[in-house]
Amino acid sequence: MGIFFLYSLRNLFKRRLTTILTALGMALVVFVFASILMLSEGLRQTLVDTGTYDNVVIVRKGAVSEVQSGIERHQASIIETQPEVAIGSDGKQQYAKELVVLINLPKRDTDKPSNVVIRGIEEHSLPLRPQVKIVEGRMPKPGSSEIVAGVNIAQRFKGAGIGENLNFALRSWKVVGIFDAGKTGFSSEIWADVEQLMSAFRRPVYSSVIFKLRDSSEFQRFKSRIETDPRLTVEAKREVRYYADQSETMAKFLRILGMSLTVIFSLGAIIGAMITMYAAVANRIGEIGTLRSLGFQRRDILLAFLLESLLISFIGGCTGLFLASFLQFFTVSTMNFQTFSELAFSFNLTFEIIYLSIFFSILMGFLGGVLPALRASRMQIVDSLRAG
Amino acid sequence: MLLAKLIFKNAFRSKLRSTLTILGISLAIIAFGFLRTVVEAWYAGVEASSASRLVTRNSISLIFPLPISYKEKIRQIEGVSSVSYGNWFGGIYIDEKNFFANFAIEPKSYLDLYPEYIVSDEHKRAFLKDRKGAVAGQNIVERFGWKIGDNITLRGTIYPGNWEFVLTGIYKGRDKTTDESQFFFHWDYLNEIVKKTVPNRADQAGFYLVGVKDPNLAVVISERIDRTFKNSLAETLTETERSFQLSFIYMTEAILMVIQIVSLIVIIIILAVVANTMAMSVRERLAEFAVFKTLGFSGGYILLMIFGESLIITSIGGIIGIICTFPAADAFASAMSNYFPVFIITKETIYLNIAVSFLIGIISAVFPAVRALRLQIAENLMKVR
Repeated sequence: MGIFFLYSLRNLFKRRLTTILTALGMALVVFVFASILMLSEGLRQTLVDTGTYDNVVIVRKGAVSEVQSGIERHQASIIETQPEVAIGSDGKQQYAKELVVLINLPKRDTDKPSNVVIRGIEEHSLPLRPQVKIVEGRMPKPGSSEIVAGVNIAQRFKGAGIGENLNFALRSWKVVGIFDAGKTGFSSEIWADVEQLMSAFRRPVYSSVIFKLRDSSEFQRFKSRIETDPRLTVEAKREVRYYADQSETMAKFLRILGMSLTVIFSLGAIIGAMITMYAAVANRIGEIGTLRSLGFQRRDILLAFLLESLLISFIGGCTGLFLASFLQFFTVSTMNFQTFSELAFSFNLTFEIIYLSIFFSILMGFLGGVLPALRASRMQIVDSLRAG
Repeated sequence: MLLAKLIFKNAFRSKLRSTLTILGISLAIIAFGFLRTVVEAWYAGVEASSASRLVTRNSISLIFPLPISYKEKIRQIEGVSSVSYGNWFGGIYIDEKNFFANFAIEPKSYLDLYPEYIVSDEHKRAFLKDRKGAVAGQNIVERFGWKIGDNITLRGTIYPGNWEFVLTGIYKGRDKTTDESQFFFHWDYLNEIVKKTVPNRADQAGFYLVGVKDPNLAVVISERIDRTFKNSLAETLTETERSFQLSFIYMTEAILMVIQIVSLIVIIIILAVVANTMAMSVRERLAEFAVFKTLGFSGGYILLMIFGESLIITSIGGIIGIICTFPAADAFASAMSNYFPVFIITKETIYLNIAVSFLIGIISAVFPAVRALRLQIAENLMKVR
């Protein structure tokens, strides 16, 4: 085996240009394959982290997002009195009535406007989202025109940095703090006092109500009771589910695009590998004859050529993965088609993606190498010796 | 003549390899043309927009409405020829998978403003007469197998409840770029029910569409409209339909950029495949080239042979690829009609495809050609047996 490994390796080295070109093709395919997987994973991660499993979001029946939803004040107080709402260590209910609207803000670098989510919050909005941490400044005082901005917004939008002012709804709002919510959707939001926003935007209704469940297992019962309550026309979802639903379209789009690209590209790379390997076989007919007459079996020849192809694809796969890993430094910020709001997510490399990419590259190498290797192993000793 | 014959013979000397290379190029050209078409489909809304129409909406953002009283005020502004208005309804037909755009509009003025939506006079009359009437694009009518007179129920996401409509008309697009998958119904019908159910949301328009007399004055008229409502409770933002559409594209720029980078990668991949093939062919034939040189053929002649061979392979691959792009795009278009209502391959894409295959043919032949030129006759003749 060892001798074959060296034989394959030296052959690859002997035809450097061809090896490099073939491996380059493979590397690019693996790069695209891995980056699409990383992007989907990043999106998924963002949405899974945004929700908390024990939190329940209540929106108006039929509303896909909080932006479309509306919950009247009296409805909100009915929900507040439900026994399933958890009581926190402060002795108060872990419950918040929120307003979510979109505003148009210009970006810092291009000056082009984009829709930003602005969330009206209450006292318990922050404790309900343990992943949100104030990294600079402080939270807004209730009853003031003060706002806090998520890190993604503070960096990318004009006037959203700490100490700066944002003008909307005929008022000037001072940014008094920056919060970081990691890779979650909250990092792309602006928060302010809910009553202030409601009066500024002249919206007399809340968008959603969020609370923590006293006991996680009570969700189904709560959901069926609240959705059939004749005083309410609402829908209850676990927060995790709510955020997953919101970007279903986006996730599906990435999946379809990614899969069609991967299929087309991998066919291209397999063809590239086949060309290289057929040539490798054709150039070495004489050698094959010699090896066979020295006593090497057909199986050995098959293995030798297959090994060569697998080596190329392995080198290509590792290179592609290496290049793709740099994508983790980038953040993609785009509009979510379903909510029309800005959503930032990054490329996320997981071990699963590493295994998958390497497996994928080796599979390409195998598919590209198997036919040429079979041809090599089927040659007659006499014929090949003569041809050499 | 001899040259052409030599090139042809050489290109297909190794049939298997040439076939594989051609197959590779075709695939890459399909992918490239396809990605370009996706990018163009993204811009389809912009292409279809008119310079003589303005869109007025709430300056805070799209989700905030404007009072219906603005209609008369806008109409009085100098340079404005007609005003229509509407609301994004956001209704769902049976399932979220069946997405199509649906709007509540003021029917008469809207159809007048959009001459590219062609509705027969008979359909138009029926639509205007029936309060629950609706007009749908050819594309979605075919997708769901609707017929005139059918009852259609949409589930409201923004306006709660189930909404019943009667299909009274079908519109066709005047241009290829016209979106034929929209659904329009009477704004009055929406307002009437909203007044009963959620009175505080009644009498509001999501956007105004403004026709201007002279498209050259669009910017001036936009400023006039916005100035009229400055410092009011609902300030407006007016822009041409084109820049309104563009603003959506800017918001999804990141995805667009990814697609464009990927199409560049496609080209590099094909380049690697073809360059590889050429490198191998030349390496195998070094001895032959030595013979050619000995016989007195010039370096230029050998160069032509190599470049010709490479170009023949890439152009055959390119042609097959371009031909196959059409059925591939059709299949994709029907699978993704939710995302891209307009998905057509443009002439530019085809020209670009041709240019790309040509360029790849040239670049792939450069290194092997240099190698063949530099070859030492004596050294390579030794290989001839």
